[in-house]
Amino acid sequence: MKKLIIVMIGVLFSGVTFAQEEINTTKKDTTKLDEITLVGRRKLSNYRQEKTLSSIDDYLEKSNKITMIKRGNYAWEPSMNNMNSERLNVTIDGMQIFGACTDKMDPITSYVDVSNLQKVSVGSGQSGSENGHTIGGGIDLQLPNSKFHQSGLKTSIDLGYETNGNYKTGGLDLEYSGNRFYINADGIYRKSDNYDAGNSQEVLYSQFHKYNISLQSGYQLNDQHTLEATVIYDKATDVGYPALPMDVSLAEALITAVTHKYENDSTFVQSLESKLYFNTITHIMDDSKRPDVPIQMDMPGWSDTYGFYSKASMNANKHVLSVNLNGFYNRSLAEMTMYPNDPNQSAMFMYTWPDIRTLYSGIYAKDVYAFNDNASISAAMRVGFHQNKIAIETGLESLQIFYPEIGDTKNRVLSSFTANYQFKKHHYDVSFGAGYGERAPSVSEGYGFFLYNSFDNYDYIGNPTLNNEKAFEVNFQANYHDGDFHLGVETSYFYIMDYIIGSIDQTLSPMTIGANGVRIYNALDNASIFDVYVNSSYKLSPAFSVNGTVGYNYGSGSNNKNLPLIKPISYLAEVNYSAKQFNAAIQLEGNGNQSHYSSFYGEDETPSYAVLNLNLGNEMTIQDNKFVLKYGIENILDTTYSTYADWNNIPRQGRNFYMNMSYIIQ
Amino acid sequence: MKLKYIIPILCVALLTLSCSTDDDTDPIINEVEDLVKIKELTNATHTIELFNASGTFKTGYNAISIRIKDNAANTYVTNATLSWMPVMQMPTMQHSAPKSDISKALAKKTVYDGFIVYQMANLDGSGWSLTINYTINGTNYMASSDIVVMQSEYQNVTSFMGADGKRYLMAIVEPQDPKIGINTLKVGLYTMETMMSFPKVEGFRMTLDPRMPGMGNHSSPNNTDLTYNMTDGLYEGNLSLTMTGYWVLNLKLLNAADEVLKGENVTEQNPKSSLYLELEF
Repeated sequence: MKKLIIVMIGVLFSGVTFAQEEINTTKKDTTKLDEITLVGRRKLSNYRQEKTLSSIDDYLEKSNKITMIKRGNYAWEPSMNNMNSERLNVTIDGMQIFGACTDKMDPITSYVDVSNLQKVSVGSGQSGSENGHTIGGGIDLQLPNSKFHQSGLKTSIDLGYETNGNYKTGGLDLEYSGNRFYINADGIYRKSDNYDAGNSQEVLYSQFHKYNISLQSGYQLNDQHTLEATVIYDKATDVGYPALPMDVSLAEALITAVTHKYENDSTFVQSLESKLYFNTITHIMDDSKRPDVPIQMDMPGWSDTYGFYSKASMNANKHVLSVNLNGFYNRSLAEMTMYPNDPNQSAMFMYTWPDIRTLYSGIYAKDVYAFNDNASISAAMRVGFHQNKIAIETGLESLQIFYPEIGDTKNRVLSSFTANYQFKKHHYDVSFGAGYGERAPSVSEGYGFFLYNSFDNYDYIGNPTLNNEKAFEVNFQANYHDGDFHLGVETSYFYIMDYIIGSIDQTLSPMTIGANGVRIYNALDNASIFDVYVNSSYKLSPAFSVNGTVGYNYGSGSNNKNLPLIKPISYLAEVNYSAKQFNAAIQLEGNGNQSHYSSFYGEDETPSYAVLNLNLGNEMTIQDNKFVLKYGIENILDTTYSTYADWNNIPRQGRNFYMNMSYIIQ
Repeated sequence: MKLKYIIPILCVALLTLSCSTDDDTDPIINEVEDLVKIKELTNATHTIELFNASGTFKTGYNAISIRIKDNAANTYVTNATLSWMPVMQMPTMQHSAPKSDISKALAKKTVYDGFIVYQMANLDGSGWSLTINYTINGTNYMASSDIVVMQSEYQNVTSFMGADGKRYLMAIVEPQDPKIGINTLKVGLYTMETMMSFPKVEGFRMTLDPRMPGMGNHSSPNNTDLTYNMTDGLYEGNLSLTMTGYWVLNLKLLNAADEVLKGENVTEQNPKSSLYLELEF
C-alpha cells in the first residue's frame, strides 16, 4: 500500500511538475552517464556534464529556457522566458538571497558553485512561485539532501585546465556518511586570465579569480527528525567585466542555514521542513585598473538577508497538498564615492541604494489532484505582504528630490495563482497551464539613485511610486514518442501589465560623465512576451543518437517598441555517441539574425552566428575508485561572434581546448 | 540596599532642581554654550564678546552673537541697543559691508544677534575693523577693534555690476550645512549705494541652476527660482543636491521688470554663468 502511494506520488509529481524542468535531463547533455547513485545522489552530477568542472553559469545555460546574459567571463545573469533578475525568483535551497551590486554584476548564481548543489529546479512562469513572487519563473539551486548512507569516507578530486584564458580549476570534496551523522566539505578554486575571442583577439578585463568552500552536516535525531546545518563561503577577487566600465575587486558571500526535517509516512503531514537562514554579501566595484576613466570611483554594496521557511506536504485521497510559509528581511545598501580629477575638490558621495529594508512574508499552497492514471490537475497560489522602507534619512531626502511626496515606507500585497492540466497517454502527453502573478519592483527599480546602465548609456533613477507588475500567462506543452523517435513542442505567452522599464526624462541631467541622459523607472501599459521551442531526437542505434532544438522568441511593449534582450531564433543540433566507457558528441549551436532588436533600449542588431563544439569523455574504474576524463574543443572554427545576450557586444571565447579530470576514491 | 542608591539620586535630583530655580537671580548665565568666541572688543567699562559657530570670521555671510559684559559688576548687560560698522581699509579708500541690524536674540537675556557679509579679505586676514556703538540706560558707549577676516575656500559671496549700472552684492545665507536632498537656499542681495551703505534689494528674482563641474556639469532637478521673502529680507528657493561634493550654483538675476541684470543660462558652450556662488560639502 505504501509503495503504491509512493508510486502514485511519483507519477503525479513527474506529471505535474512538467514545467519544472530539471536541468540534468536537458537534451544538450551529451554524456548520459547515469552517475546519480554513484556520486552520492547528486542529481546535479557534474560527471554528466561535458565538463565536470563547469560553473553553475555553464550549467544553467544548458537549459532550453535559460539564457545567460554576459558582462564578462564571470557572474552571468540568468534570463528565463526572456526575463531576467527582477522578474525571476532565484533562491538557494528556498533561501532568499539578493545580490549587492547595483549594476547586476553579482547574480546570486555567482555565489554558489556546482560543488555546493544537488540539483537546480527551474519553474517556468508561475510554476516557479513556490519560494517567492515572480513573473518569468523561479530557479531554485538546491543543496544536497541528507545522506545517511553509511558509506564511510569518500573523497573526490577534480582538476581542470582550459587553454583559452589559461583557466585553471581545482576541487576537492570530502564526505563522511554514517548511520546517523554525515558531514560533507568541499572546496573549489577557479582562476582565469583574459580570454581570447576568435582570431586570438584578447578580451581585456575578462579575468577572474574565485574560491568557494562549503560545509554541510546533518544529524539524525531519530527516524523522524533530522537536523542539518550548512555554511557556504564564496569569495571572488579581481573579476574583470569587459562589457562594463568597472571591475570588481571583491565579491564575497557567506550563506548559512539550519534546517529541521520531519518525515513520517503514517501521519497526515508527511513531511515538514523548516529552515532558518542568514546570508550576507559584500560587493566592491572599483575602476582602479582602468586607465581611461573620466573619474575614479568606488561603488561598494552590501546585502544582508534573514529569513525562514517552513514547508509541509500532505496526502489525502487523490490529493497531494503542499504548503510553504516563508518570510525574509533584507537590507540593501550601496554607495558611490567619486574622486574628482581636481585634487582640491572633495570626494563626491551618494547612496545609490539608500539602505532599503525589505520585509516579506507569505504563504504558498499547492494541490495536485489526479483524476485517473492519465489525467491530473494542479492548482497553486501564493499570497504575501511586501514592505519596503528607506532606513536612512539622507536616502529618503535624496529620493525626495525626484518624488517630493514620498514617505519612507511602501506596503504592497502580492498574489499569484496558477492552474495546470495534464493528460498523458502511451505515445503522447499534453499539458496546458494558465496563471497570474504579481511582483514588487526590485530595489534598483524602486529606489536606485543614478544607477548607470552601460547597455543603453543612461543613468537610471528608481521610482518608489511604481505599481506592482502583473502578468497573465498561458503555456502549452506536447510531446510525442514513438519508439526511438521523440518530438516535443513547448510554448508560453506572457501578457504583462505595468511592465517596469526605464523611460527617458529629457529634463534630467545625467550624473555619469558621457551618459546620454536619465531614465526613470516607469511602467509600460503592457508588454507581451512569447516563446516557442520545438525539439526532437532520434536514436539511430543504442549508441548513436541525434537531436535538435529550434526556438523562437518575441517581445514587444505597448509603446510599439521591441523589448530588449529578447532571444532571436536559436537552434542546436547534436550527434551523440555514447558507450559505457567512452562518449563523444559534436554540436552545432547558433542564433539567427537579431532582426527584432530594440534600439530604443540600447540594443543593436546582433548578426547571426554558429559555432561548432566537440566533446569527448572517458570513464574507467580502477579497483573501487573511479576516474572520469572529459575533454574537447569549443568553438572549433575559432569563430569571432557575440550573441544578443552579450552586454555591449563583447565577443565570446574563440577556440578553446579543455580537459577536466575527476578521481573518486570510495 | 536599594535605598543606598535611591538617596544619592534623590539628592542629585533635588540639587539640580534647586539650581534651576536659582537661575532668575544668578547673574552669570551662559547662553552661548554652542558657540565659540571670535573676538573681544574692550573699552573702559565694558567687554564686548563676539561669537559664532566656528570662532572665526570668513568672507561671506557671518551670523554673529554678541554679549556685553559690565567689567565692574561682572554681569552681562540685558538692556542695550546696539549698532555696528565694519570697515575695510584699502590702500586708497575704505568701504563697509552689508550688515543687519542688531537685535536681542530670541528667548535669550544676554545675547544679541546680527550678521555681516564680508565681501573680501586680504590673504593674511588683515584690513577689517569693527566698531560697535551701543546705548545702555541712555548712555552712549563705543568699542572698536581690528578684526581678522579670512578668505573662504569657495565663493559664497560675490559682488558685480548689474546691467542697470548699479553695483550689487550677493551672499549665501543658507544652507550652512548642506545635505543630499532638497535644501532651502537663502541668498542675501544688497546694492552698494555708497562705500558705506549696502541696503537690501527687494522684489527681484533669481533663477538657479546648480552644477557639478567635476561630474561633467551634472545638474539636478526640481530647483526653484529664488524669490524675495519679506519676513527675513532674503531670497529663498529650493536647491536640490544629488550628492556631496563641489557645486556651482549658477544664477541669473532679474529685476522686478524681469530684465536680466546679470548671469546667463548654462549651455554646452557656456558651462558657467558669470553670476554664481559655490558650495562644497
